[in-house]
Amino acid sequence: MSNQIPLVEYLVLGDEPHLVANECTACGARYFDRRNACASCFGDSFTKVDIATEGEVRAFTIVTPWMPGTAPYVPAVVDCGGTSVRGNVVNTTPDAEHITLGMKVRLTTVPFGADTAGTEAIGYGFEPIN
Amino acid sequence: MANEDLWILGINMTKFGKHPDKDVVDLAAEAAMAALADGGVTMADMGVLAAGNLMGAAAGVGQQLQKQIGQTGIPVFNVANACATGATAIRTVIMAIKAGECEMGLAVGVEKLSGAGMLGAGMGVAASDTWTPSGRFGAVSSLEGKTGTDMMPGVFAQVGMEYGHKYGGTSFELFARISEKNHRNSTLNPLAAIQKDMSLEQIMNEPMIAYPNTRAMCSANSDGAAAAVIVSGEKLRTLSAEQQKRAVKISASVLTSDPYEEGCQILPNVNTLTRMAAKQAYELAGVGPEDLDLVELHDCFATAELVHYDNLMLCPEGGAVDFFNSGATWRDGSTPVNVSGGLESKGHPIAATGIANIWEICHHLRGEAGARQIEGAKVGLAHVIGLGSACGVHILEKSGL
Repeated sequence: MSNQIPLVEYLVLGDEPHLVANECTACGARYFDRRNACASCFGDSFTKVDIATEGEVRAFTIVTPWMPGTAPYVPAVVDCGGTSVRGNVVNTTPDAEHITLGMKVRLTTVPFGADTAGTEAIGYGFEPIN
Repeated sequence: MANEDLWILGINMTKFGKHPDKDVVDLAAEAAMAALADGGVTMADMGVLAAGNLMGAAAGVGQQLQKQIGQTGIPVFNVANACATGATAIRTVIMAIKAGECEMGLAVGVEKLSGAGMLGAGMGVAASDTWTPSGRFGAVSSLEGKTGTDMMPGVFAQVGMEYGHKYGGTSFELFARISEKNHRNSTLNPLAAIQKDMSLEQIMNEPMIAYPNTRAMCSANSDGAAAAVIVSGEKLRTLSAEQQKRAVKISASVLTSDPYEEGCQILPNVNTLTRMAAKQAYELAGVGPEDLDLVELHDCFATAELVHYDNLMLCPEGGAVDFFNSGATWRDGSTPVNVSGGLESKGHPIAATGIANIWEICHHLRGEAGARQIEGAKVGLAHVIGLGSACGVHILEKSGL
């Protein structure tokens, strides 16, 4: 695993890949970016929390890319145990028959290629739970 | 009339569409000079100028405009507030007059966008030959398309889908029918960028941009400008009877940003700040949604129009689908929405939009809207939203003078 790097710092790789959020210790608001303070209560103390890896699609779209020959992709908002997460729905056909509002999904990893040193960037997506 | 009321004295929008022979300043000058003429005043009467040009926000369009139409030494505020830039320019002039700094001011919004493509590219990360985390997410690459999308079509598609998930009843066809209404309306608006009646089938068969929005269901990138002259009630009283008769009362002018709610930094929440703005505006104006004779709302995408029926409280909470299906928002319905053709056909030169929507309402309140006149219109509402987010709501009333 030493030659892998997560696409974003809030993705933890390893045997059980998952997302981590910065949780405000005062009000519990959760964020995935680096924080200066809390947008909800203005507190400036945060703790790392693991985010549930299973959830439900609350919104999605199917984007037709500009570049001819590239496949459509499916940006979505997934409700992971009460925390909203953004990511693409993957590992299914990107059309309105296969992607539905309320569908159950789970986190999975998605490779994005290696750099010149051979380190592979690993991102995440959400795949349907059958 | 109460002295504290503010009024639109003159207002104008250029034709929206392609203006290859005009630059940003030409378009701004055309709208500004026409708005001044419409109000029967000149640059010498203006005490403040607020101007917006989002794509050239650092260039100071206000001063560039002054250099072409009149340099009088007045304060200039160059404003930028995403798609709410035009409304922000109006709001800035209103605040200056309310503060007692001056009695008349000019607000201008202008954009050149034709051929600009999809807007709202995600955070850029410098290309490097080794993966190096950077930015607030510690990302090793651009995230656009990899962890969802920040492109406008995809964002607003999800906004509509989220509404469908919450309340049910939405479908590709429903959103397309909203677009059908707006394209139908555009056929009566000679200033619209695209005047083309499109059937439901045509709209649904257009290229899919971001499901469920096809190309016809997305706002048309176009060039254009709009401008308004705003005057205090006290000053208006000293002007001619004709000026007083054509003046339009600004019963409410509200600008909000989005308050924190769970998920609002994941998918922009365009709902809460719009509802807040609408609520404040109805209270300020002393009118309710049922009093509105027409509404121009920010249909940057067909999916957005649906959620704003609810956010502007034109229907009971959760009832936007039934409201649309009842026919209420067609031009012969109880609350005609986007009789101008909306952003989907009239066009969306970003910084001009928030003033052009107000122009449309004023046009009807003055009884000057020609073939698309909503007969007897007395009260109207104009709404815009810019992602980030900023929401402007103005309620306007026919002059009783």
